[in-house]
Amino acid sequence: MALPQIKQDATDARLAALEMPQGGWSKAARDEALARVRSMGLPNGRDEYWKYTRPDTLVQPDAPKAALLESDEAPIFGEVDRLKVVFVDGVFSAEESDDLVMEHVSIDRLADASDIHWAKDVYGVLEAHGQVPVQRPLASLNTAFATDGVLIHVSGKAPKPISLIYRHASETSDAILHHVVKIDSGAELTLLENGPAAARFNKCLEVEIADGGVFHHIRAQGRDHERRAATAIFTRLGEESVFKSFTLTANGVLTRNECVIELTGDNAVAHVAGACVGDGDFHHDDTVFITHDALNCESRQVFKKVLRNGATGVFQGKILVKEGAQKTDGYQISQSLLLDEDSQFLAKPELEIYADDVACSHGSTSGAIDEDGLFYLRSRGIEEGPATDLLTIAFLAEAVMEIEDESLQEEINSRVEAWLTRRRG
Amino acid sequence: MLEIKNLHVQLEEEDKQILKGVNLTVEAGKVHAIMGPNGSGKSTLSYVLSGKDGYEVTEGSATLEGEDILEMEPEERAAAGVFLAFQYPVEIPGVGNMTFLRTAVNAQRKARGEEEMSASEFLKVVRAKAKDLKIDADMLKRPVNVGFSGGEKKRNEILQMAMLEPKMCILDETDSGLDVDAMKLVAEGVNALRDEGRGFLVITHYQRLLDHIQPDVVHIMADGRIVKTGGPELALEVENNGYADILAEAV
Repeated sequence: MALPQIKQDATDARLAALEMPQGGWSKAARDEALARVRSMGLPNGRDEYWKYTRPDTLVQPDAPKAALLESDEAPIFGEVDRLKVVFVDGVFSAEESDDLVMEHVSIDRLADASDIHWAKDVYGVLEAHGQVPVQRPLASLNTAFATDGVLIHVSGKAPKPISLIYRHASETSDAILHHVVKIDSGAELTLLENGPAAARFNKCLEVEIADGGVFHHIRAQGRDHERRAATAIFTRLGEESVFKSFTLTANGVLTRNECVIELTGDNAVAHVAGACVGDGDFHHDDTVFITHDALNCESRQVFKKVLRNGATGVFQGKILVKEGAQKTDGYQISQSLLLDEDSQFLAKPELEIYADDVACSHGSTSGAIDEDGLFYLRSRGIEEGPATDLLTIAFLAEAVMEIEDESLQEEINSRVEAWLTRRRG
Repeated sequence: MLEIKNLHVQLEEEDKQILKGVNLTVEAGKVHAIMGPNGSGKSTLSYVLSGKDGYEVTEGSATLEGEDILEMEPEERAAAGVFLAFQYPVEIPGVGNMTFLRTAVNAQRKARGEEEMSASEFLKVVRAKAKDLKIDADMLKRPVNVGFSGGEKKRNEILQMAMLEPKMCILDETDSGLDVDAMKLVAEGVNALRDEGRGFLVITHYQRLLDHIQPDVVHIMADGRIVKTGGPELALEVENNGYADILAEAV
């Protein structure tokens, strides 16, 4: 079916500005992804899933300029014993990275991997699968044109986290990275990500988790005010496997974080959470799609947004329970704390259930600071500003507590606190 | 210490008079109790003194050591020495009890131009005081009041009071929801704080609490006024005969 002319033109213009890397083993996946992009077209404001977030600047051929943030704040995760992989404007920096060697883990770079590679079975495969029933053309664009990324195969319990660090150095950089993580049966990995990455960042992360595998993901998206990011996670979970992902977003003019989760093995657990704080022209969109396709699986979505000075938050979350996915336990909460009357929160929670023995709950709220809590704190001598900050951190707590590691919880909280203090002046 | 003169208060949102001329003086070192039927304005008085929004003072004054507290923000009143032990302590998920206590202690010290308490000093003091109130390390670590039982919440209020060392302690139905043992524990906590420099205003429905916290003066409040003042025997009279006789007499 032909695309509408306007979409066709926008898609052609974007594709004309890109060059497909030498693929090696990934060539076939890239070609197929390009075909998907051509047939779907890149998103525009008329698409149902882009109703609340304008994709124009994510689609246009050149990245809009984004100034670099000047800050003397130490980067997050600095205290964590980890294996660092550094990308500067989407380009791997061998100098700043650790050796890509760790017990029970093999790490390759997408740009290096030439002929035959295990990642062939995952690269673009989960992404392609995640295009139904909702199209995610920016992710296909990523699969076709990603210039680099890491391919991580975990065969046991990884001794320390792998930490992907994205530095932003050029005001006009446009980065496309694609990572693949494959967790073998019973294996475990924690993946950390942080940094603004580029003026515009398109990132795709595919995670295949075999039976009994465990994957933890904690991410802090960079604070550069003008940066833009469209990220997508595609994951497939085997029996009794665990996937837990948390994202902190503080500023950035435009962020679209998609997460597509498929529970295909019985008793699997998937949690995805996000805390974001933004003000002014900040626009943050969390779009989640969880498919329950096995018995007795648990999924949790916990998204909290603190918005002020006209910031916008978007949540689109869906739980699909397929026929036969009995004993599903699905939970979804999306809440915003609006610190003034100029900010807005747009939420579209959806449930689609074809099994008859399931428990699915969802809730979505927008509200101001709790007056009773504020009075309680003030009556103990805490001034209104710091009391509001404490309550803001309290509001985000349910999302932050999805992180299992308590020291990381604290680190995330301290970042939020610093953000609040800075904002307050 | 605390001097309330002809205090008239109405709700901000509706034209409803709650306090209709309260006169009350609590001297340093004394414990005053206020008893009274539901809706007599006891809790309103405690909120107005601590600075909660939603009330409008239309007449009268309230001063602490001569300073007008009604013009102050709630945190300024706290720093000046006013403390309200809440009837319903608020749950604050995500904020550790210890963090909350330390923030409060240091905020007040800062407001008074005193040096902040160091982490180690604070830890030492809070542990000792918590032990007296049978508050364990876990309760100190947990988020403020979240998942606390009724008794734990009230004990936590007393712990805050002990840490903040206010001049004027207002206890709003601190006995509500407590079993006998918990009440005793709370009362012991309060008694330990009785001091020549400190005044107490204990609001309660029942005489029971006053068995444990012996008041110097008992007031009966009805329809927004103090209608009778006497010694501890007044509380016993209420316990035995209810409010009806006293109220009839007051009219």
